[in-house]
Amino acid sequence: MGYFSLAIDAKGTIVTQPTWEIVRAETLRKALSIGVAVSIYGVSFGALGTTTGLSVAQTQCLSLLMFTGASQFALVSTIAAGGTAYAAIAAALLLGTRNAAYSLRMAPILKVKGLKKVLASHVTIDESTAMGLAPGENVFDGRAARLGFWSTALSVFVLWNIATFIGAITVSAIGDPKSFGLDAAISAGLFALVWPQIKGRFPLVASLGGALVALILTPWLPAGIPVLAAAVVAAVAGWSWAKEISVPNEPSRDAL
Amino acid sequence: MTMWLTVLGGSLGCYLLKYVGAAIPESFLENPFVKRVVMLLPISLLSALVAVQTFAHGQTLMLDARVPAVAAATVALWQKRSFITVVLTAAIVAGTLRYFGLAQ
Repeated sequence: MGYFSLAIDAKGTIVTQPTWEIVRAETLRKALSIGVAVSIYGVSFGALGTTTGLSVAQTQCLSLLMFTGASQFALVSTIAAGGTAYAAIAAALLLGTRNAAYSLRMAPILKVKGLKKVLASHVTIDESTAMGLAPGENVFDGRAARLGFWSTALSVFVLWNIATFIGAITVSAIGDPKSFGLDAAISAGLFALVWPQIKGRFPLVASLGGALVALILTPWLPAGIPVLAAAVVAAVAGWSWAKEISVPNEPSRDAL
Repeated sequence: MTMWLTVLGGSLGCYLLKYVGAAIPESFLENPFVKRVVMLLPISLLSALVAVQTFAHGQTLMLDARVPAVAAATVALWQKRSFITVVLTAAIVAGTLRYFGLAQ
């Protein structure tokens, strides 16, 4: 079992490509480390749930059934702040809306039907999507992308739920995740997964423009909406991209 | 009781949002305009999320330990370091700055 195989790239130079075994091991390692990192927030979530007045079972149900961290925190924080049930659900839905865009994008990569589709939808979140998109759609016929998605989904689901339980029953006590720099680590981790997707002019515009729009809107709009608003940038950039490609006799350097 | 309805109602709503994207027929994605937009959607959304998680605290924009941490992680990315190195770089920079009280 070799570590690398030789291949010839588009320019005719010989390049080394990692073998499937290497890609698989790396993907699983990444998936596990993402699960560990986010699960520390799971402990915080569990503790927040029970200190807010939810039972352990209710807190655990959110991690099992809602399973989208930002929405879970939004729901519980709204209740903690004295908001109504409707306000709490609305806050959760607002933050969960981006998952619809993720599942739309992941569908042609995952190619699942029936029960698997029901399952895949449930675990379509920031982390699993980012890991599903990072390797590139066609690497090892999409196997790398699918392994990235499913392994991260499993690792985050299991560890997030165990962590929620620990936090909910101990109302602990591991200290503020921020003091370990965990908030920055999660930002950096997501950034590392977006990074390889930024190839070419239009993806670059989508990335920078999306970030800028979200930051400009943050002081003015409730949590969740600024990130969603970045979709407008994707729409404009995607439209211009398709338009440029559709012009005959003018091959785009960004064409796939 | 209200709490259970909130938990289950919110969960059902969040699930339906996740499902609706997957339920859209694939032929919809064959339109070249739609295809490009959908390709760029997660890039814009995840980049926006990274930006908000780095610069925002609630609805306030602020420069704290996360900014130099993510900047250092970006340098590591640029140098093609491994994923773990990138993530640890950010954690160590932010953790150290906070430990010594150099940044919030």
